[in-house]
Amino acid sequence: MIAMSIFGGLLIGLASVSLMLFQGRIAGISSIVYRAIFQLKFESWALTFVIGLVLGPLLVAALNGPAAPVFDLAWWQVIFGGLLVGFGSRLGSGCTSGHGVCGISRGSARSVVATLTFMVTGVMTVFLMGMVL
Amino acid sequence: MMIYLTALATGAMFGAGLVVSGMTDPANIHGFLDVTGAWRPHLALVMMAAIAVALPFFQWVLPRLRKPVYGTAFLAPLSTVIDKRLLLGAAVFGVGWGVSGLCPGPAIVGIAFLEPKLFGFLAAMLIGMTLADRLPSPSAKA
Repeated sequence: MIAMSIFGGLLIGLASVSLMLFQGRIAGISSIVYRAIFQLKFESWALTFVIGLVLGPLLVAALNGPAAPVFDLAWWQVIFGGLLVGFGSRLGSGCTSGHGVCGISRGSARSVVATLTFMVTGVMTVFLMGMVL
Repeated sequence: MMIYLTALATGAMFGAGLVVSGMTDPANIHGFLDVTGAWRPHLALVMMAAIAVALPFFQWVLPRLRKPVYGTAFLAPLSTVIDKRLLLGAAVFGVGWGVSGLCPGPAIVGIAFLEPKLFGFLAAMLIGMTLADRLPSPSAKA
């Protein structure tokens, strides 16, 4: 599990380097998805990247045998969480990848603050859910 | 053509990384955020490993390059202001991340697994993004 976490992280880091090197863009998934769906005419490569995001895991599954994660989430968690993740990433100009990996690597103070902020509210949320649910 | 192929390959590498590292499993995210409970710090390793690769590139290689292989210029966010939008957005994002155990990458990866709840998350996320666009914007955003 530890080795896989590190290996997966290295792949994510390499992909972030690759997108900047070849496309000249920050690998922020929330904004790439936004562009692929709402602004495709400006950034046509965004859709290809998103297709790759789907193909990569299929390739892993093909090599490793099917290992679809088990989702024991309630529907309210999925819908409510999705709304907040979409709203927050757009308003805050980034998510775990754009702020958490690329932004911190660029030395962006905005990204360091954003990452600390969503970690803290994430921890508080899980703590509160543990008390209530 | 090459710009699309490299984007595809880069996306595939990113998606593979998300699955291999366990970022697509909400149980791992919840375990990571459950600091006061059964804390599972593995996802910190994912982030540290990714930064260990990306940081040297952004800090020391990128400044020496003139332009990307398939593009006219390296584009990075221009804003350096830590404002209310950033703080509120990140705070709301964290609550959603905690509630669902999912972030935007896994929402897309979920398409590969044909998991109905991940489609629901993706749809809700896109609606959330358009709702944020309805807020009055202090500056024109790309």
